[in-house]
Amino acid sequence: MRATAAEGPAGTAATPAPADVLVRIEDVTKRFGSFTAVSGVSLDIRRGEIFGLLGGSGCGKTTLLRMLAGFEEPSAGRILLDGQDMAGVPPYARPIHMMFQSYALFPHMTVERNIGYGLKHERMTEAQRRDRVREMLDLVQLAPFAGRKPHQISGGQRQRVALARALARQPKLLLLDEPLAALDKKLREATQFELMNIQARTGVTFVVVTHDQDEAMTLSDRIAVMDKGRVMQVGSPTEIYEYPTSRFTAGFIGMATFFEGRVQGVDGPSLRIDLPETGTVIEARAAAGLAAGQAVTVALRPEKIAISRDRPAAANAVEGTVQDLGYFGKDSLYRIRLATGKLVLVHAVNARRTGADGRVADWEDRVWLSFDPEAAIVLAE
Amino acid sequence: MRRRSTFLFTVMAFGFAFFYVPILSMIFFSFNASRLATVWGGFSTKWYAALFRNQQVLDALVLSLKIALLSATCATILGTMAGIALARFRRFRGRVLFSGLVTAPLIMPEVITGISTLMFFILLADWVGWPGSRGFTTITLAHITFSMVFVTTVVHARMLQADAAIEEAAMDLGSRPWQVLKDITLPVISPAILSGWLLAFTISLDDVVITSFVTGPGNTTLPLLIWSKVKLGVTPDINALATLIVLTVGAGVLIAGILLQRAERRRERDMQLAYRANQ
Repeated sequence: MRATAAEGPAGTAATPAPADVLVRIEDVTKRFGSFTAVSGVSLDIRRGEIFGLLGGSGCGKTTLLRMLAGFEEPSAGRILLDGQDMAGVPPYARPIHMMFQSYALFPHMTVERNIGYGLKHERMTEAQRRDRVREMLDLVQLAPFAGRKPHQISGGQRQRVALARALARQPKLLLLDEPLAALDKKLREATQFELMNIQARTGVTFVVVTHDQDEAMTLSDRIAVMDKGRVMQVGSPTEIYEYPTSRFTAGFIGMATFFEGRVQGVDGPSLRIDLPETGTVIEARAAAGLAAGQAVTVALRPEKIAISRDRPAAANAVEGTVQDLGYFGKDSLYRIRLATGKLVLVHAVNARRTGADGRVADWEDRVWLSFDPEAAIVLAE
Repeated sequence: MRRRSTFLFTVMAFGFAFFYVPILSMIFFSFNASRLATVWGGFSTKWYAALFRNQQVLDALVLSLKIALLSATCATILGTMAGIALARFRRFRGRVLFSGLVTAPLIMPEVITGISTLMFFILLADWVGWPGSRGFTTITLAHITFSMVFVTTVVHARMLQADAAIEEAAMDLGSRPWQVLKDITLPVISPAILSGWLLAFTISLDDVVITSFVTGPGNTTLPLLIWSKVKLGVTPDINALATLIVLTVGAGVLIAGILLQRAERRRERDMQLAYRANQ
């Protein structure tokens, strides 16, 4: 299952790269001594998209980024940029630029000279060079700070200088290593949209490495979820969230409650799955390939479960007791204990101002949980 | 409370007295009219005048300065290269041995360094006929070997402090390794290189032990001259010479301190500017 996920929707490595594929990563592995940082990764990055590499620390995302930049060479496999093999091409000869996590601004140069640094390798006149730097300064709204040194500007401004410097030479591909990690929360949200805006205006393909799932979901057109050096799944934020293909992805992105079960019957896309932990047999929908008797894991997102006091007329319903609840004002998060002892996370919007605080249920209340057959994520593992 | 502060003050006063009374008394006696170094015979500046008429002293001073300039410069070039190599190349064959060899002179007794350097020069003269005589060249070479480690240490420390990503960033933006060195690495570590040079210069200027091993006839550096004069008894002209050295060094430290303080104040002002721009 992992292999199919890693190959992605663009097909197998044997087919020629379609025109919209800018970077093709083919079965790339990177070992440091006995440690394998990246293991058999295959990815296609499309022209003009923001591609997110998401994973916890040590999952290999930064190593993959450094191989794209040319700071590390793959131990096995190939990286193709526009169909050209990048093996042996040093970082300074690649039309790929990087925005470093620490920004790596040159401390002894002004903002202007930082941005213009890469341009000295371009065949252009002094006037053209000045125009380009001016254009970049305007793009990131830093024109008034052109003459300042990096230590004379704020963290958010430094981040924009790093971005402008990496974009000045009009790279084919821009790599961003945790671009927002060093900013405080409020600035991070504003900068997120600014990054997307600048990407749209310049049309440069972005690869963004991040450990923050919200950041990856907001920024990216497509996301690759990585774990232990492997790509677990590639897809749009919606695909990754609504149709995870592994327990890791389902658990890493958003919240979910997992149930172990067994397929009882198959009727086209409809499945009947016995979930002993709920004490019932549920109805679910899943793509073909599952047979009766097969062991599966069912994941349920908290917001896909409805909570009510009376037994609903839904296909899947199960009774439980409120064990815990977190009241956030606009919504509440419940932990419901089923008769079997299993705890289920349920998320409910407090849409009405009924009672004292508008909650649907209170501690130790008996409630019914229900969900559509489409809501259940069926994982064959 | 009051008693304790008196105690602390006394300790501090004794400490400073221990450091500075000898130097102050030396300066005081350099203005002594008497020939006897420790008997006051009235105020006079004649020893200073005598110093500037003394060709031997002037020659020794010029030789010392020439050796210090040349050896400090060579030690800075070699030491900077070693410092960068140790900081940036984490893995190469013989790195531990290299690091050990570079820093060995720091802990080696000077007498050992001196005698082994002398033996080396004698053997070398035997085998290849060079150096024919000992003097300027041998002293300079010996000074380079023991002062290089100071430059290496300072540069290495600065390199470890600097963000290695800035070098990668420069390379990422299209610069070849030597351009990165020229544009980024050297400018960023230039304060460390300068202070390394000053250290090497000072160490070379006041070395007695190693110099006395590798020098030859007619090549007397200033510290050697002072040493040999003192063996015949401390005379007021030595006091005058030492006073001048103390004043020169003192002025240098003072100027460096003022420059550093100004830079620090400017940096603080810049930080406040950045903070306000952030609001």
